[in-house]
Parts: sequence; C-alpha cells; structure tokens
Amino acid sequence: MANSTNDKEPIFSVKNLKNLTGPFNLNNPITIQVLGICSALAVTVQMKPAIVMALSVTIVTAFSNLIISFLRNTIPTSIRIIVQLVVVATLVIIVDQVLKAYVYDVSKKLSVFVGLIITNCIIMGRLEAFAMGNKPIPSFIDGIGNGIGYGIILVIIAFFRELLGSGKILGMSVIPPSFYEMGYRDNGMMILPPMALITIGVIIWVQRSRNKSLIEK
Amino acid sequence: MHSNKYIFIYSSVMVIVVAVALTVVAVQLKPAQENNIRIERMQNILAAANIPSTVKDAETLYKKYVTKDLVVNSKGDVNTAIKAFEVNLEIENKLPAEKRALSIFICTLDNGEKKYVVPIRGKGLWGPVWGYIAFKPDFNTITGSIFDHKGETPGLGAEINTSTFQAQFKGKQIFDETGNYVSVKTIKGGAQKDDLHGVDAISGGTLTSDGVNNMLHDGLSLYVEYFKKQTK
Repeated sequence: MANSTNDKEPIFSVKNLKNLTGPFNLNNPITIQVLGICSALAVTVQMKPAIVMALSVTIVTAFSNLIISFLRNTIPTSIRIIVQLVVVATLVIIVDQVLKAYVYDVSKKLSVFVGLIITNCIIMGRLEAFAMGNKPIPSFIDGIGNGIGYGIILVIIAFFRELLGSGKILGMSVIPPSFYEMGYRDNGMMILPPMALITIGVIIWVQRSRNKSLIEK
Repeated sequence: MHSNKYIFIYSSVMVIVVAVALTVVAVQLKPAQENNIRIERMQNILAAANIPSTVKDAETLYKKYVTKDLVVNSKGDVNTAIKAFEVNLEIENKLPAEKRALSIFICTLDNGEKKYVVPIRGKGLWGPVWGYIAFKPDFNTITGSIFDHKGETPGLGAEINTSTFQAQFKGKQIFDETGNYVSVKTIKGGAQKDDLHGVDAISGGTLTSDGVNNMLHDGLSLYVEYFKKQTK
C-alpha cells in the first residue's frame, strides 16, 4: 500500500494501473469490501440515475483523494477525520448543485442520495487507507478506480432492475409488445430495494464462483 | 504532534476557504437552477392541459398557449396585485384559507377551446404531493391532470405520477347534479364505471391515495366560489 519512493513514477506505471483496475474486480468496493451498499440499493431502479450516481461518486472519490493527499503532511492528526469530512462534504455539495443546474430530472430522482455520498464508506475508507499515505497522483488514480468499481456494480444492478422491473433500458422499451400480449408481466418486485440486495448477492456469488481465491475458508 | 494554535488556525483557514468556494458555486449556478424549476412548472401546467412539451420548447409553448393567468381568493374575488406564476403553494398552504392566493392559468388551444388549470398541493405518505388540474369552461369537468410527489414508495404510492393513474381523471366532475361540491375521490377497490366523482385508488398505496383525496378536496374547495361565480 505504501508508496514512498522518491524517483519519478510514470502516471501509468504498473503500480498505478493496479490501483486503477484492482477495484474493478478483485478489490471491488461493493462486492468484496461490501461498502456503499445502501446507495446501491436506492438508486438502481433505473440506469440513468445509476450512471449519474456512479459518475458523481467517482468525481468525489477522485478529487477528495487528490486534495487530502496534497494536504496529508499538513493535516493535524487529531482533526484529520473532520478535515476529510469537510473536503468530502464540500465536493458533494458542489456536485449536487451542478446536478440541480444541469441535469434537473436526474437530480430529482437521486434526491437525498447525492447528499448521502458524504456518508459513503468507500470515500472515507479510501481517504484513510490510501490518500493519507500516498502521493497525489496515485491517490487520484486510486479514487477513480474505486469510483468506477462502485459504478460498474451499480450499473449492472440497474440494468437488471430496469430490464426486469419496467421492461426498459435507459428509459427505452426493449421488451416487444407481443411478449406482453402473450402474458409476460414486468416484475414489480424488481423495483423494490430488496431485489437490489438479492441482485448484489447474485453478483457476489458469480464473482466468487469464477474466482476461488475470494472464497473465505 | 501539532500545537493547539496550529490546529485552530488550520481549521479556521479550511472553513473560510470552503465557505468561499461554496458561495461562489451556489451564486454561479442559482440562475440555472431557478430556470429549471420554472420550466418544470410550465411543463406541468401544459401537461395538465394535455399539451406535450419538452424541456427545450416548454417556454415557447407556454407563451403560446397560456394566454392568461390570474389570482383569486377563496371568496372568488380576483386579486391583480399578485402574479399567478409566482405563487408558491408551499407557503400559501400555511396561511388561513381566506388569505391564500389561488392561481388559475387559462390555456387557449389552437381550436379556441379554453382550459382552466389550477395547482394543488398536499401531503402524501412520506412527503409532499402536488398536482395541476385542468377544467373545461363549465368549471366542473376535469379534462386533464398531472400529479407528482417528492418521495412516495416506488411501485406503490409513486404510481400517482404515471399516465395510467392520471388519465382516469379525465371527464370526472367536481360538482354533483344539484351543484354541491363533492370533489373527486380515489376509491379503494376500484370506482364504478359510471361514477362521475371517483377514480381507482392505487393498490398498496392507500395512504398516498388518501393524501391525493385530501389534496383534491381541500385544494379545489377553495376555488368553488370563483367557479360558481363564473358559471352563474
């Protein structure tokens, strides 16, 4: 984890690439670290809000990692959590304001969950575990990696929930009307949060059965 | 370890920097945000009058079709001092009924047909619900309606903003044959086909449906005097 070599490292060094892609699969914040579950349940009814949420979280993790990493040697240890929270909260408010100004309909759907990014454990976790001990660029990349790792799972869940729950993908109907005439019905259960949890469970199951090293003994 | 002085200075500087940054962002984005709310309101009014609009053309369509707006009070007198579009129901609903400003938006369609759109607002299960109801010039028959909510249960109460629920209101009447105000009610278990004053409630969304009932009843009752004056 520690990355304290003094020689200049290229941006896409092996180590940085590992920081970026690790969270996509083997170190995924949702399925492996089981963080950020609550927002994954709440904003995944449709794909569009899920994508916007994923982008917002990626921006907030990346930039809070960057800022905290720049400040890491000046932050007094006794108030470091407060400093981290202030940085995260500021970024979240900015993101929320920007969404309200430019994608108003999505911001209405996300409602309180943008504000709740502040409490998303992934962000505070990355700040404490990575940004406080690493240089700005690796921290920034780590933030992007974790944001995307979170986003991938969100979009996968939203894909299945929107498809099975309302027969649509990104708001466009994909199930032909003839299916409905034959008696097919959208599954209303998929719209409710419990099915998101079950979908996450299925993703975790698939991931672990493909990758035996993840199974706890 | 850092000294107390360092910590105090550090946190003060941090707070000031953050406050300045947030103020700048909020001030910069405010016009765009307020514009979004305005356009949403225009779209709602147009939608109640069955005029489809998009975020882009809402303003032009609004100017074209909403030919007049006015504010009345619960006694039916017109108040010219207030602009109908600026009336905020969230604030008005806290005032006593006789002091509230009631806005009416009059849409004139291409064929000269007039529709009278009134806004209403009430409480659902988890938060506010609101809507716009369009009336025919007889001030009795509903020709269109739009409902929305802040945070009703998805799949249950939240169904009030679907077209299936809203379409039911078309053709319903708020006065009975003898001219008494009866409003329109959502009926649990489904309304009779010939019921002029009832629509199907949402299964599983009883509390939201009740909220819609109260909103319709209370909101429209304030307009009764004005409507009666117009039809005399």
